[in-house]
Amino acid sequence: MKRAILDELVAARSAEKPVALATVLESGMQAVIYADTSPDTVPIGAAAVSAAQRALLDDRSVMVETEGSTLFVHVHSPPRRMFIVGAVHIAQALVVMAGLAGYAVIVIDPRHAFATDERFPFANVVKEWPDKALKRLVPDKRSAIITLTHDQKLDEPALRVALKSEAFYIGALGSKKTQTARRERLAQAGFTEQSLSRIHGPVGLPVGARTPGEIAIAIMAEITQVLRAKS
Amino acid sequence: MATDDGIRIGSENVLETAVTWHGKGKAVALATVVLTWGSSPRPVGSQLAVDDAGAFVGSVSGGCVEGAVVRAALDVIKQGKPRLLNFGITDEQAWDVGLACGGEVQIYLERIE
Repeated sequence: MKRAILDELVAARSAEKPVALATVLESGMQAVIYADTSPDTVPIGAAAVSAAQRALLDDRSVMVETEGSTLFVHVHSPPRRMFIVGAVHIAQALVVMAGLAGYAVIVIDPRHAFATDERFPFANVVKEWPDKALKRLVPDKRSAIITLTHDQKLDEPALRVALKSEAFYIGALGSKKTQTARRERLAQAGFTEQSLSRIHGPVGLPVGARTPGEIAIAIMAEITQVLRAKS
Repeated sequence: MATDDGIRIGSENVLETAVTWHGKGKAVALATVVLTWGSSPRPVGSQLAVDDAGAFVGSVSGGCVEGAVVRAALDVIKQGKPRLLNFGITDEQAWDVGLACGGEVQIYLERIE
């Protein structure tokens, strides 16, 4: 690999721009491919460029045969994002676990006593109302959103934005009773049963978790199951 | 330290480490999992960077074949030519460096030029 190619990959990763490295395994020829790369600008052929762009869309590294040679497409996607609403004790544990699992974590809480950098050295802390922050940061299909405040005036606006997003996981802390009451309020606000079924609550796999760390494990396990178990 | 998009902890940063090593004048090879069969422990795209002293970051298996990959990487650093390595239960070296889990992996090794 030429150093210039390595530098370009690292720059794209740092800018969180999805990028693929296409390598012809027989010859070692390589090209850096973006979603909008034109085939005339790289030396690996139109079929290879198109295969690399398909892999970028699929968000999946893959080996393919093109034009009589073997092409390996290595997709480098930005980290998945986890939005945690509520800078509470469980969030402090969840931030660390999510970081280990490769997520970029954003903790959202307008209450300044909770949302401090000292309490969250490993996450970006956003001191805004959850719905406003989520609308600004635009969760996508590679995002997970978890509400942890126990306070309906913080959790519910966040869930309303979450349900309108493509987030692959939406979780809400709270007992079964809390969940039922919340679902009724959201249903009255116009959300369908199908939409509300996207909310995982009580949040996390039922492993009997009690402490903040254990609850964070249960949540992280459920998110991982939703992300991976189907594929 | 924080940015508006969040920060990463625990991520591998293999490529970033390769750049740092290479910038310090070390010769560096990259190993990338390009194909897996069966229950191989690390997915396609997993990477490991090796310097000319045999230090490495990242992983291409659950620790089963890293030693052999590092040895082959030192050779690629000397020779310069990229190479495909195959490891698996059917490998003749199975008892030494095969994957105990029964999976198989193909690994592409290349030198940073």
